Amino acid sequence: MSFKLVMLWTDMMIFLLLAVALAGAWWIKQRPHLLLPWQRLFKSRVGMVSMLVLSLFVAIGLLDTLHYRAALPDSSNGKTVYAAEVLSVFDVLVGDLRNHTEKTYSAPLAVYLYAKESIETPDGKVLRDYPRLKYGGAHLLDPQRDHTGDVLKRSLYGVFAGWLGGVLLALLLVTFAAARSRTTARLWVETRQNTPLNAMLATLVLLAMLAGLVVNLAGAYHLLGTDKVGQDVLYLSLKSIRTGLVIGTVTTLVMLPFALFLGIAAGYFRGRVDDVIQYIYTVLSSIPSVLLIAAAVLMMQVTIEKHAEWFSSSAERADLRLLFLCLILGVTSWTGLCRLLRGEALKLRELEYIQAAQAFSVSSLRILSRHILPNVMHIVLIAVVMDFSALVLAEAVLSYVGVGVDPSTNSFGTLINNARLEMGREPMVWWTLAAAFSFMLVLVLAANLFADAVRDAFDPRLKRTGDAK
Amino acid sequence: MIAYLIRRILYAIPILIGVNLLTFALFFVVNTPDDMARMQLGMKRVTPEAIDKWKQQRGYDKPLMLNAQAAGTDKLTDTIFFQKSASMFVFDFGYSDDGRSISREILTRMIPSLVIALPTFVVGLLLYISFALLMTLFRGTVLDMAGVTLCVILMSISSLFYIIGGQFMVSKLWHWVPISGYAGGADSLRFILLPVLIGVVAGIGSSSRWYRTIFLEEVGRDYVRTARAKGLSELRVLFKHVLKNAMIPILTGVVAVIPLLFMGSLLTESFFGIPGLGSYTIDAIQAQDFGVVRAMVFLGSALYILGLILTDISYTMVDPRVRLQ
Repeated sequence: MSFKLVMLWTDMMIFLLLAVALAGAWWIKQRPHLLLPWQRLFKSRVGMVSMLVLSLFVAIGLLDTLHYRAALPDSSNGKTVYAAEVLSVFDVLVGDLRNHTEKTYSAPLAVYLYAKESIETPDGKVLRDYPRLKYGGAHLLDPQRDHTGDVLKRSLYGVFAGWLGGVLLALLLVTFAAARSRTTARLWVETRQNTPLNAMLATLVLLAMLAGLVVNLAGAYHLLGTDKVGQDVLYLSLKSIRTGLVIGTVTTLVMLPFALFLGIAAGYFRGRVDDVIQYIYTVLSSIPSVLLIAAAVLMMQVTIEKHAEWFSSSAERADLRLLFLCLILGVTSWTGLCRLLRGEALKLRELEYIQAAQAFSVSSLRILSRHILPNVMHIVLIAVVMDFSALVLAEAVLSYVGVGVDPSTNSFGTLINNARLEMGREPMVWWTLAAAFSFMLVLVLAANLFADAVRDAFDPRLKRTGDAK
Repeated sequence: MIAYLIRRILYAIPILIGVNLLTFALFFVVNTPDDMARMQLGMKRVTPEAIDKWKQQRGYDKPLMLNAQAAGTDKLTDTIFFQKSASMFVFDFGYSDDGRSISREILTRMIPSLVIALPTFVVGLLLYISFALLMTLFRGTVLDMAGVTLCVILMSISSLFYIIGGQFMVSKLWHWVPISGYAGGADSLRFILLPVLIGVVAGIGSSSRWYRTIFLEEVGRDYVRTARAKGLSELRVLFKHVLKNAMIPILTGVVAVIPLLFMGSLLTESFFGIPGLGSYTIDAIQAQDFGVVRAMVFLGSALYILGLILTDISYTMVDPRVRLQ
């Protein structure tokens, strides 16, 4: 099957971000003094466990970023025609989850539809009852009898397979690491103690068990139910992860150059430059951020409506809207970091090494880039990690207000927005909201814990007795 | 003091001008009034006459900055900028799309917003500070750890969840108070109870943790050690010394938001159907009423700047070392 790669704008930003992160990691690895805080981070148990959970989210997000358009089977007159729908590698991996849509709501693990329908019985009578689902538990012959047993059996198998896989993976990793560092004995001792490595391995096994459970159940049932139009909620939630990650990371990527350059310049040059930059960020930060975002998004909608010809597919359009939202969020949120950096640069410019550089008539640009920039990077890193969770939460609120992502984009905000009236139904439809909120909670909680660990490792103001425990 | 105040207020003017120019650029230059008209009237099958009528109704049919056809001062005053943007300086916000005066609407809607926001603010502040003090008192123990963990979990939960979950539990499951709605006078108590409760709970995580950090920073200072050396009990140290000194950083955050209480909370008001400024804003955003959004942006920044000035004044009250020059 042939396909055409599709590179959306946000995909490009994500790959750019990935490249920057990899280059940064390589750069830091060469320099022991930069490596030190990272080693402190690697020694924090909470930090490493939350990083493991976060990397699972990131992996799903990255798989969901490799987009393509499949070729249609009927290639008329020799030319290959591609489907209008933009899919991702993730869609392929989850396979049938995407296509298994029911008629309407169904509860998690249900075999019957949520709403009653007229069913024609074989003997010609019309019965008003809950019909069987097309896909959820379709393999059961007698759901009344087999349903609970089948679910239990599948969960047990899934958890066991996950446990087996997780343990094997953990063993493999430990052996691999030991072979590389030739310290097998020490590493084996370490895994028996309460170290980050041990906690990570335990988390890995737990995650593998969870994954086994989910995979085994999602194959035969709708694990988290279906929504109003019958789409699998698990699939929608997993697809929302990418949007959350994009909002949380691309936003900081676009605002970073502004905040860095303007903040440092204001602090270093002082005088007129400082006045102008301070004026700009006071004006921007004095507008309540929701209102500024709302105003900018309203205007963006007008522009997008006006230039319908810019987009060849609706996916591109939704994607550009997402990127614009990141830009707008970035413009409204850079002021805080800018102020921090200005303060730090004001402090740094009085230090001896900067004055020495000035005495040697090193150019200002060089002082900024060689002497000041590296010394504020820890602030930047802490701010970026801290902002992430706030941005993920903000996306949901903005989508509710109606100035968030495109309604066709899968995101936690759109999920919640579509489902918020469902609590009032009788019987209640709670699973979409529950799924969206739990996914968000896990992502944001992991991000918050990770941010704390990063701050503890990088903040020079914190007193440390010896090296980290 | 008065000279300082005057200077601060004068300093606020350029910032307000900046906000004004920014909103003007955002609403009239990035997209012309023609685009806005087309967007609101529907993209297709819209006649130029309809657009002209839409513009005329809202007074958008004038030149942007300079009216070359007019004579004398009208050259500057008979323009969109003067009539729509500059007029906001005297808090003349014009009319919303449904023909009501925005200024009057703001004045009447301010009350319900305050009725919700003020109790939330006061109760919240007291609760957060007490909780943070409690964690500081038991610092380093299991209780402190549990408190911090609770805070991190609470602040990781979406504010939408607090509202939806709270409405469901308290109103739908237990039938304690009405789900939403608002009434003036003494009857309003029934309606404001739940929004206030939810607003307070939603803020526990981040605020308590923030105050705890401030308290911990103060606890490590020398004067605290001296106070303990004098033989003061830990409780007395906390309340007489630490709390008083921690008031300065706490005030920075707190006083600045007081004027913004007028604006109400977007989410709470819209979920609970409270006719305040928050729901006014959200309705305007959803109906794409540009005039109202513009007015709220200006009002919001004016209140924010007021908050900054109040913060400076409050400094002199709690910290006699600060002198306003």
